Amino acid sequence: MSLEPATVRRIAKLARLGIDDAEIAQLQVELGGILGWIEQLSELDVEGVEPISGVGQAALRMRADVVTDGATREAVLSNAPDRAGPFFSVPKVVE
Amino acid sequence: MSYEIAGETGTWELVIGLEVHAQVVSEAKLFSGARATYGGEPNSQVSLVDAAFPGMLPVINMRCVAQAVRTGLGLEAQVNLVSRFDRKNYFYADLPAGYQISQFAHPIVGAGKIEIELGDGSRREIGVTRLHLEQDAGKSLHDQNPTRSYIDLNRAGVALMEIVSEPDMRSPEEAGAYLRKLRTILRYLGTCDGNMEEGSLRADVNVSVRRAGEAFRTRCEIKNVNSIRYVMQAVEAEARRQVSIWEGGGTVDQETRLFDPQRGQTRPLRTKEDAHDYRYFPDPDLLPLVLEEDWVEALKADLPELPDAKRVRFVSEYGISHYDAGVLVADQATADFYEMVAGGRDGRLAANWVLGDFFAALNRTGRTIADSPVTAAALGGLLDLVADGTINGRIAKDVFEAMVDTGEGAAAVVEARGLRQVVDTGLIDAALEAVLATHADKLTEYRGGKEKLFGFFVGQVIKGMGGKGNPALVNDALRRRLAQ
Amino acid sequence: MMLTDLSLAGALRGLERREFSSRELTQAHLEAIEQLNPRLNAFITVTGEQALEAAEAADRTRAGGEAAALTGAPLGIKDLFCTEGVRTTAASRILQNFVPPYESTVTAQLKRDGAVVLGKTNLDEFAMGSSNMNSAYGPVENPWQRRGEVARRVPGGAAGGPPAAVAARLPRGATGTDTGGSIRQPASFCGIVGIKPTYGRCSRWGVVAFASSLDQAGPLARTVEDCAILLGSMAGFDPKDSTSVDRPVPDYRAACGCSVKGLRIGVPVEYRSPGMSAEIEALWRQGVDWLREAGCEIVDVSLPHTKYGLATYYIVAPAECSSNLARYDGVRFGERVEGETLDALYERSRAAGFGPEVRRRILIGTYVLSSGYYDAFYLRAQKVRSLILRDFSEAFQRVDALLTPTAPSAAFAQGEKMDDPVTMYLNDIFTVPASMAGIPGLSVPGGLDEAGLPLGLQLLGRPFDEESLFALGSVLEKAAGFTHLPAVRAGAAS
Repeated sequence: MSLEPATVRRIAKLARLGIDDAEIAQLQVELGGILGWIEQLSELDVEGVEPISGVGQAALRMRADVVTDGATREAVLSNAPDRAGPFFSVPKVVE
Repeated sequence: MSYEIAGETGTWELVIGLEVHAQVVSEAKLFSGARATYGGEPNSQVSLVDAAFPGMLPVINMRCVAQAVRTGLGLEAQVNLVSRFDRKNYFYADLPAGYQISQFAHPIVGAGKIEIELGDGSRREIGVTRLHLEQDAGKSLHDQNPTRSYIDLNRAGVALMEIVSEPDMRSPEEAGAYLRKLRTILRYLGTCDGNMEEGSLRADVNVSVRRAGEAFRTRCEIKNVNSIRYVMQAVEAEARRQVSIWEGGGTVDQETRLFDPQRGQTRPLRTKEDAHDYRYFPDPDLLPLVLEEDWVEALKADLPELPDAKRVRFVSEYGISHYDAGVLVADQATADFYEMVAGGRDGRLAANWVLGDFFAALNRTGRTIADSPVTAAALGGLLDLVADGTINGRIAKDVFEAMVDTGEGAAAVVEARGLRQVVDTGLIDAALEAVLATHADKLTEYRGGKEKLFGFFVGQVIKGMGGKGNPALVNDALRRRLAQ
Repeated sequence: MMLTDLSLAGALRGLERREFSSRELTQAHLEAIEQLNPRLNAFITVTGEQALEAAEAADRTRAGGEAAALTGAPLGIKDLFCTEGVRTTAASRILQNFVPPYESTVTAQLKRDGAVVLGKTNLDEFAMGSSNMNSAYGPVENPWQRRGEVARRVPGGAAGGPPAAVAARLPRGATGTDTGGSIRQPASFCGIVGIKPTYGRCSRWGVVAFASSLDQAGPLARTVEDCAILLGSMAGFDPKDSTSVDRPVPDYRAACGCSVKGLRIGVPVEYRSPGMSAEIEALWRQGVDWLREAGCEIVDVSLPHTKYGLATYYIVAPAECSSNLARYDGVRFGERVEGETLDALYERSRAAGFGPEVRRRILIGTYVLSSGYYDAFYLRAQKVRSLILRDFSEAFQRVDALLTPTAPSAAFAQGEKMDDPVTMYLNDIFTVPASMAGIPGLSVPGGLDEAGLPLGLQLLGRPFDEESLFALGSVLEKAAGFTHLPAVRAGAAS
């Protein structure tokens, strides 16, 4: 199994991973190899099997509606690569 | 009466569905302990969970769950005892984790309904498809710097209810009525403050057009419309745009658009069309949300009376018209105010006062019920003075105006200004004789058969008494005198 | 005997008896790190000053007669646990300057109990790998070598730093995390003990997430008892983690040395893979004999979906990781490469910040969740996961624990198995099924292969029955009498 270059580009775009054109060929093979290998699951009959997304599934525990956190601006901004006063700053976004 | 757009090639029907995002009333956020209330300095209500720091985990807020359940119950909807949270994956500057925790496959509330009433008094039921809980995103500020956008995460992680309607609406008026009714219900329940200016309630509007009897055509979604008026305008503008495309031989593309109220037009969102593949999957940080049936029942037992039920009760309990009852219940504060005035008094009179002079006074003074100069108790006191004959209805209007101006109670105004109505028959007789003497010509006409002048005499007598004459006593005295 | 040679239990005894101070002990470990870390590269960050301060505080505590379970014990912390004020990298370039303003629950509990943190240990980037060749801070060397060879061998992964460090006696014990075998497989490669407890036993709060439904913290140490001591401090309910389980933490240490007489031990036939080396098969048989001699009843069991565990894992884990790692976008923390647009910033920051294996997994995860492929890959994997879980549940109706080899081979050389990602993935074949089922797994060194490299045996237990694993592990440990020493270690002439 080999992925189309367009597919590699599409998923890289979805994942916001910049990829050089030079990398595409190798990724086609690598990703294709992995996907081809995991496709072995298709030989299993899973008709009627309930999917699980985790184990030991009890019910969600709920917490009380109390403010216990959040007045931590300096901590939240302390690792910011680009901080503008009380804000995080990014290149201008046009909507 | 059905609403249609007349195109050049015939008429078109509108198909409208609304996705409403309602901010849940709670102290803390959906999955973190940061404050959820509006306002606050930038990034001052942000926990490390909200900012998606490495290793931070969500824990759900019980009140937010309860609010969603209560809203579901208020919409007479199916409450799902087992629901779960999914991740909706996309990158955006104000979405810190790169995914929004939402409920995709298994929402907490299923199908329900809302009854709307239109201007002509007709009523329609609009289906609610589902309601689910999700996180709000942060805010990007684009106007602070020419080349940068600034990110404030105060809203990030605040609980939202997304309430999705069926595509059941057929006119801008219906869309407006639906949103207004939904807002009323949310406010009654106290699950959302309904404040559209602050963004607590936002609507995504899905619009398509079709020929009568046709299947649905392609729809467009108009994102984030933040007033009821704009929703109605956006529906109309978008429908007209689509009609002209179809009639021009084109096809409408399914897309997301924005409404520009200045121009009264919708325009496409400038985001690239590449990547709307949200890759929903169950959030592995969260287990299924399982509700105890008893807990849901307890929430149900605790629900306040909702507007439709209250309206029915007002009609039967206070004898007021269905229309008046509808106006009174549209806002819970008004309904509560009315009940305080009407309790133990003449319900119709109370309705007339609240809907008439009282509302007029609020409009004039720019006040609301919350800061009204005349409290419900004070207005009730005024009605009591009318009922026990201390003042007459005409003087009551003057007393009310004085109450609005001074904030004093009715009795105080009446005493201070000597507005008690006169019940002394001697004084009434004297005033009556004076009027008959002044209007001898009219008296002759009356005696000549022009009996409708009776009312004129009554008015003149009361006027002659500075308005304070008791109308019933004046009537009696006049009838006796004229019969002589 | 050198101070660094003591087991954790032995060191705690020595501290208790005032045979040496925590400061002396810590100093000895810091010196060993200084001497050997340039070669082994087991630590990314060494926090010597803080460690000495903590050791002195521990000595004062002991002097005051108030010692806790770990007072004065020097440990290494996998650099996936966020540590307040101390750089936490997840072995990624993208977090090279990240200093968390918070402390993970697990490390906070270790510190509460008096542990002295020597530093942050190396791992495969974001814990993705089986060789520790994928660290942005360079590979970790396994202190073990084949007899007569100088080729450097991998310590296993994803966390090669903790076991390599423990085997070389740099710290007394270390924390790890296990997503598909990252505690057990490297423990096996490095000849030490490691346990992945039941999912939900240790809090995940403050641990950099790889695959949330699988990640579980656990200890690595040189003895079963040492692991029991450490797990006692690491485990426990945490209301900040919705998947944390609220049940009391038993006395794991007391379970070590408990009788295992009458326990039923399952030997899963499907683990006897065709390519299994004779040495590993012999060791496995040996392990079975040891347990039988200790009074266990041995039962053949079937876990029919074993062979699908790996493929299932390589759908579920990348899917979760693709989402978990979206937060590393250069906006709020981590490395940023500026761009003209926000998307350019994302793409450049993430391309520069993530290494090849992490990128591969993000891409695979994105693919299997994407529209049109979700049902065929992710949903199917969830169903197979359900079948794997059912296999174990049914087996545990018949037996109390399972015994298998930990890994299909001994430590391989650095640079081997690098050409094809799938070959590398096969290392986890015996450890992944337990991760998928969330059950506890303990790896104990059983012996050496012909070339003198350690091989581990794996015990798997019922959910929350870590005590049986400690009891059985102690039996294996005692029977194996594993006293071999790695070539590179503190105190050895190098």
